Amino acid sequence: MLLELKEIKKSFGQVRVLKGVSFTLEAGKVLGLVGENGAGKSTLMNILGGIHKPSSGEVFLEGKAFAPQGPTVSLNSGIALIHQELNLFPNLTVFENLFVKNFPRKSVAGIKLIDRRAAIFRAKELLEQVGLDIEPDRIVESLSPAQRQLLEIAKALSSSPRIIIFDEPTTALTRHESRRLFSLINDLRSNGIGMIYISHNLEDVISLSDDIAVLRDGEFINGYTKGGGYSLGSIIRDMVGRDMDQFFPDRDNIPRTDHLLEVKNLGMAPIVNGVSFVAKKGEVLGFYGLVGAGRSEVARCIYGLDSFEYGEVLWNGMRVKTLNPAAWISRGVAFLTEDRREEGLLLDQSIEKNVALASLGSFASAFLRRIKRKDINSAAKKKAEATRVKCDSFDGQATSTLSGGNQQKIVLAKWLLTDPKLLILDEPTKGIDVGAKHDIYELVNELVGNGSSVLLISSELEELLGMCDRILVMNRGRISAEFAKDVFNREAILESALHVMEEAIGA
Amino acid sequence: MIAQLKEHYQKSDNSILYLCVLYYIVMSFITPGFFSLGNNWNLLFNLMPLVIVSIGQTCVMLTGGIDLSITSTIALSSVVGASFMSSDSGLGFNPSVSTFIGIGVMLVVGAAIGLVNGVAVTKLGMPAFMVTLTTMMFFSGFAVWLTESQNIYNLPDSFLRISSMSMRDVPIPVVAALGVMLIAYFILNTTVIGEWIYAVGLNVKVARISGVNVDGTIISCYVFCGVCAALGAVLYTSRLETGSPIMGQNILLDVIGAVVIGGTSLFGGKGKVKWTLFGVLFISLLDNGLNLIGLSYFLIMIVKGLVILFAAILNVLKERPSLAS
Repeated sequence: MLLELKEIKKSFGQVRVLKGVSFTLEAGKVLGLVGENGAGKSTLMNILGGIHKPSSGEVFLEGKAFAPQGPTVSLNSGIALIHQELNLFPNLTVFENLFVKNFPRKSVAGIKLIDRRAAIFRAKELLEQVGLDIEPDRIVESLSPAQRQLLEIAKALSSSPRIIIFDEPTTALTRHESRRLFSLINDLRSNGIGMIYISHNLEDVISLSDDIAVLRDGEFINGYTKGGGYSLGSIIRDMVGRDMDQFFPDRDNIPRTDHLLEVKNLGMAPIVNGVSFVAKKGEVLGFYGLVGAGRSEVARCIYGLDSFEYGEVLWNGMRVKTLNPAAWISRGVAFLTEDRREEGLLLDQSIEKNVALASLGSFASAFLRRIKRKDINSAAKKKAEATRVKCDSFDGQATSTLSGGNQQKIVLAKWLLTDPKLLILDEPTKGIDVGAKHDIYELVNELVGNGSSVLLISSELEELLGMCDRILVMNRGRISAEFAKDVFNREAILESALHVMEEAIGA
Repeated sequence: MIAQLKEHYQKSDNSILYLCVLYYIVMSFITPGFFSLGNNWNLLFNLMPLVIVSIGQTCVMLTGGIDLSITSTIALSSVVGASFMSSDSGLGFNPSVSTFIGIGVMLVVGAAIGLVNGVAVTKLGMPAFMVTLTTMMFFSGFAVWLTESQNIYNLPDSFLRISSMSMRDVPIPVVAALGVMLIAYFILNTTVIGEWIYAVGLNVKVARISGVNVDGTIISCYVFCGVCAALGAVLYTSRLETGSPIMGQNILLDVIGAVVIGGTSLFGGKGKVKWTLFGVLFISLLDNGLNLIGLSYFLIMIVKGLVILFAAILNVLKERPSLAS
């Protein structure tokens, strides 16, 4: 047995995060670890990685008791942790990042120096192993998110680990890159390395894992073995603790014909090249495309976060001149950006303050702009509760202590409190669990049911197919195709996202 | 008992105040003349302008900025205001009118320098440290050049009385400092712009996307800070009975030290009016006590440095989240 966990318990203060979790991992096997956000997966991994100490319980590494005193001890014992939030130094080069802990040394006249040449040589090997075709002296800042993810994996391999823990490795990767990662995982498996694979993408977990462990609320709920007979449905039921008969909730309103937002020939070379589209009232309009196709950039240009070179934006048929967030909010447009930690939340602030932030103006007196504290606090609390956020306190708990799905709900609650006529969502369910996803879909439907519109930017085709009235596909800064709900066609959508276009097809 | 005290200390944000009280009691016993009416008044009058200037600085630091130009603001307001009021200037206003004009001009100078700082930080996107370092050099040089390095005397009596006059038995400097603290407290805790100041300091990107008028918020803070510095200049000028181009030169580090010791974060988003008051109290007590012991200027600097370091360590220890086990 490579790794064995026995009755691991962990509490932070009063909060019990792990309530006695046991499982085992064998050499040359992949253990899939699934559960909702806040189920305790990350805490468990941090215990193995030497970042936290368990409150009680034991870990055995190759039969010997293992209680790491810190991350370095874990790493030296052969456990490599690949975090969800990447731990790279963006200002350093690729090879410097790879060897930041253990640079190859050479001795010149008795003085130990860094051996650059050896480092670069070894870096090339590692990069090749993960299929990353970049020069070792590139600055990490200039790499795409996918390249950084692969670099992080190369870094883990550089310590020749016996156990590798992947925490959501594919969120930044395209399908093609994910497939390459999976074949790498299969290679590692045949080399006898044991792996723990954490992901919300259950299809991936099922196809990769030899065993699957399901956690819920800090407890081990169920374990499955390959060939032991299980289905996606049974795993989801174990994770959520209830049946979810329909993953994408129904919505029966029909979009109206009047235009709410109209964008004409918007461009910012080379990322956005002449984009035109119309969002109707009461419509969920989806944007699909590969990472880098320009979807987020279109939204950011419209909202005034990035500048653009040409094009115009019409709101309710009128040309809009001032494009900035404050002006859009007063028109009733909200924008949930992709990066919730950097652009969505004040991480040190309470839930209440975060939810209130975008609506302060509408809860202030005309004279001296005094905030009506009671009104805004109760309104914020109500919105937060409507999103079914799980938290200890609305006014005393910093949002940094919440799990990803709950953080996203807080950002969403902030925007819902502004009572938007148009809500722009950029990857709203990235890296969050099934239950929270479902809650978010229901909130979107409720909003649209009340006559508002939604622009939904997503890399998950399933999500767009389940939620949208219309899907626009972007490819290299252009809209390459449009699909209406009754003619959604998975293959055609994928094709128009992937294919290199000879000519732009105007919408 | 000890454990309870310790827990209270851990939770409370008044730790600097406790240090002040402790220091005050200890010094009263060991230093002759520390606990005397005269010294207490002296302390109070030194404290008030410093409180006013530090409150302004707190607002700027809450946005994640810093204003190094406060000392030059004090100097320039002092000489410009004094030259309007001085009977040597030959403007020939009636004394009480010229007092009003003088104070008005001083506040306008402060606001103008704050505006320059704020606009450079927001619209030109320059780092606050660079902007205010250069405005500090420029305006302090300007003040010396304007006056040819001479002090300005013969200010009207009505102006000089400001530092000694009382309003219902409360000295005017105390009234002014209380007023500034109340205004700052009101703005920071009850108004939209107060929430915006904290939001900008915590995360500019989040604030902007959430509809906060980031530039306006930051500029307002610099203008407020400039006006506070000018108000400090009014009190200093009145008490010294001169407009001086080198006024306030030594207080920059005291002000920033006081704000930071109070607990306001250098990175923005965290800080309170109350904290800054405690910080200023601490620095002033320290200065005053060490002076009375009769230490040399250099020894005072050494002790002050050590004590501030000690206070900062206490603060950091308190801040560090206890490692859950």
